[in-house]
Amino acid sequence: MEVIGQLQKQYVDFVTSVYHEGFLDDQFLELQKLRDDSNPNFVAEVVSLFFDDSEKLINNLATALHQQVVDYKQVDAHVHQFKGSSSSIGANKVKNACVDFRSSCDLKNIEGCLACLQNVKREYYLVKSKLEILFRLEEQIMAAGGVVPMLA
Amino acid sequence: MASSSSSFMGFGDGERPHVLAVDDSLVDRKLIERLLTSSACKVTTAENGQRALELLGLGEGQRVLSIDPKVNLIITDYCMPGMTGFDLLKKVKESSMLKDIPVVIVSSENVPTRMKKCLEEGAQEFLLKPLKQSDVKKLRCHMTKVNHSSDGKLCIGR
Repeated sequence: MEVIGQLQKQYVDFVTSVYHEGFLDDQFLELQKLRDDSNPNFVAEVVSLFFDDSEKLINNLATALHQQVVDYKQVDAHVHQFKGSSSSIGANKVKNACVDFRSSCDLKNIEGCLACLQNVKREYYLVKSKLEILFRLEEQIMAAGGVVPMLA
Repeated sequence: MASSSSSFMGFGDGERPHVLAVDDSLVDRKLIERLLTSSACKVTTAENGQRALELLGLGEGQRVLSIDPKVNLIITDYCMPGMTGFDLLKKVKESSMLKDIPVVIVSSENVPTRMKKCLEEGAQEFLLKPLKQSDVKKLRCHMTKVNHSSDGKLCIGR
């Protein structure tokens, strides 16, 4: 019982800090509202789709930027998609990195785009590791027989 | 041959509105599906406009209407490769069979001219992404009555 309480506190503290640091925003809290007894894994499932989608987009972006003649419209289309999915799950810093990326695309600036890709990748891997910690904590709480706290 | 029966096979939950959600993003399809089911809707998703039209019975070269989808609302992303949400909206409104189905457009970009052109073309509403529960609650007002019978529900203010 005490273990559950500790894990729950750890969870709430962790999510609160991730939120305050701007990695996740209100949209992530909106996702949490959609989790219930019949859909206990909803957030993990949609975030998992986000991870798969993001890996593909990062690869596509790297490929597109290393073409002899860069198709900036194509690059922009990938970034637009990445911006959309990160926004939908509340990955705030990733979304902002995508906004900057689109500006470099508009300017057809290859150095800018390559730097932006590195930035997006960095933010993505950061939020990914935080989300993985979060899900692991949820699993530990549930394995101990507890309920994952609902976030305000 | 086109079925004139209005019942959908195995459709026991006759009171739930059926929404067709169209979006090329897998993440967004998952989100909209959950948002709608949490709002007691039945959901079918499509990844593009062509697929949506096929599900509605208007696919290219489609002669047989295999099911009567009885869709009470179409919600579509604006930016999709190939057929945009706006193109889909036009096709729905041009079809005598489908024109009364309410269409809602969603977009990640707040472009007033885009919004205006969608509303002028007959969209009921234009929503901004990312979608949340409060957006979906608004949508119930737009859904056509299920099974053409008055369900007596009031559209509570947004």
